[in-house]
Amino acid sequence: MVERDRFLSVLTHIVLIVGILVVAFPVYLTFIASTHTTQDVVQVPMPLVPGSSMMDNYRAAIFGERTGGGSHAPVGRMMAVSLFMALAITVGKISISLLSAFAIVYFRFPMRMTFFWLIFITLMLPVEVRILPTYKVVSDLGLLNSYAGLTVPLIASATATFLYRQFFLTVPEELAEAARMDGAGPLRFFKDVLLPLSATSTAALFVIQFIYGWNQYLWPLLVTTEENMYPVVMGIKRMISGGDAQIEWNVVMATAILAMIPPALVVMLMQKWFVKGLVDTEK
Amino acid sequence: MAAIQLQDVVKKYGKGKHELQVIHGVNAQVGDGEFVVIVGPSGCGKSTLLRMVAGLEEITGGQIQIGGRVVNDVEPAERDIAMVFQNYALYPHMTVFDNMAYGLKIKKMPVEEIRMRVDKAAGILELGHLLERTPRQLSGGQRQRVAMGRAIVRAPQVFLFDEPLSNLDAKLRAQTRIEIQKLHRELGITSLFVTHDQVEAMTLAQRMMVMNAGNMEQFGTPEEVYHSPASTFVASFIGSPPMNLLKNAPGGREGAILGIRPEHIDVGTDGWAVKVETVELLGAERLIYGRLGDEQMIIRVEEGGLSPEPDSIIHARPREDRLHWFDAASGKRV
Repeated sequence: MVERDRFLSVLTHIVLIVGILVVAFPVYLTFIASTHTTQDVVQVPMPLVPGSSMMDNYRAAIFGERTGGGSHAPVGRMMAVSLFMALAITVGKISISLLSAFAIVYFRFPMRMTFFWLIFITLMLPVEVRILPTYKVVSDLGLLNSYAGLTVPLIASATATFLYRQFFLTVPEELAEAARMDGAGPLRFFKDVLLPLSATSTAALFVIQFIYGWNQYLWPLLVTTEENMYPVVMGIKRMISGGDAQIEWNVVMATAILAMIPPALVVMLMQKWFVKGLVDTEK
Repeated sequence: MAAIQLQDVVKKYGKGKHELQVIHGVNAQVGDGEFVVIVGPSGCGKSTLLRMVAGLEEITGGQIQIGGRVVNDVEPAERDIAMVFQNYALYPHMTVFDNMAYGLKIKKMPVEEIRMRVDKAAGILELGHLLERTPRQLSGGQRQRVAMGRAIVRAPQVFLFDEPLSNLDAKLRAQTRIEIQKLHRELGITSLFVTHDQVEAMTLAQRMMVMNAGNMEQFGTPEEVYHSPASTFVASFIGSPPMNLLKNAPGGREGAILGIRPEHIDVGTDGWAVKVETVELLGAERLIYGRLGDEQMIIRVEEGGLSPEPDSIIHARPREDRLHWFDAASGKRV
């Protein structure tokens, strides 16, 4: 630690406070905009204190009861789609990664390292790079506008596989041998020993992957054309492209606030586990 | 309970050019209910040998029998053995009870029987009050006892110990050694115990197998190994301080090495002239490090005995009946 210095602590606090303001102000503005009527929001300057139409705006957003331009899909439905998508991607990624890491670490099969490197190389390829061929495949399989089309292409995950591999490598080899002496087969060992031991890593991954799934934008934009399959993050975008009709910014902002709540909740509720999973190397 | 028979047991790693042989044909017979210690320096293949008996390493050549049954291709769980690992290998997320019960649960043993067996083992090892704790909440000695408990509840034909005491402090180690001896007396189960510590080997073993570089150098009772070591390796490995091995001692023979233990040399007025280099006091006794000609030698005397100054000359006489002779070329006893 550096020594305590009044000037330094004032300076660090100023930096921190400015940083927080820079991050928080847009969120605050979004919230304020979501509490005014359409007319008030587009005034210059924009009001900076909460207005009185909060309830109306949120109701309009959630149930899709509005008149302005853009998509009129109810946000309630979008949230449900988003939630399902995020959960499916998270659960799918975690289960597939656990199994592939288990195979790579604990089994000796031909081309084991080749497979590992193949998985590892895909780390460098984000969804966007392979988006056209993936779209072609999904479309040929007739999966456009379906939950499968939304989630399956995003499930394969090098990051999670790699993380689990690293964790499994820290589990002492004697543990696997002890389980073998106890008569536990590979799957039994996986279920009874490895799964409970990787609980904290899984919790950390759950948070990361849930947010990843929830924030998907480009992919849903491509594979969904029907309003009842819009996830909320891209639904916001659909509300804005309104042609000549006036955009109801207040409702759009209410939707944005709604879209922020679930990931924030997940982070807050799982924070303790999340930190533990990233810091602890439980042994 | 069962006897263990090792026949020409060979272990090789790798293939072709990268082939590395670590066990060179070990033959040994461990009797029913016997406590045998395998001892040797690190890298001598003692753990590999044990792991082959356990079934954790494949047997490249030869045959291992447990209770008259060839177990070369039998899964570890079906060999009717139990093993205590060096770092105990307790399941960190399970309670002590679950750790001990896990193997029995997999065998689908009735719950009451599991309860009974675990309680009995916990009673023997004084673990009764710890059954609901997890390994993290236990001290090193307690973890060690849980690891033994996990072996006991299975009521196996053979116990295998892979350096189970090396993570304990000196005091606890001595105490656990006595407990293991007591346990073996009560249960009478055939045991193989691997260690690199010759004190542990001498005190625990009914018979000990001294290994060096993948070969079995000697297999006998601690007395035999101490009093008539089969080779210069055994002579220098067993006993502390090690036996003096002298090529050019006065009265020596051509092509032979003379061995004499430090405790079998009397210091007097005539005999070998030894130049003293350093003297160490170890409490009850004193070690005199010196030179006989150009060869290093150690003499052990009682604490009350003489304490020569460095660089002085003392006269030492080896006891005639305690001399050992080894062939200089092969190192074998002659």
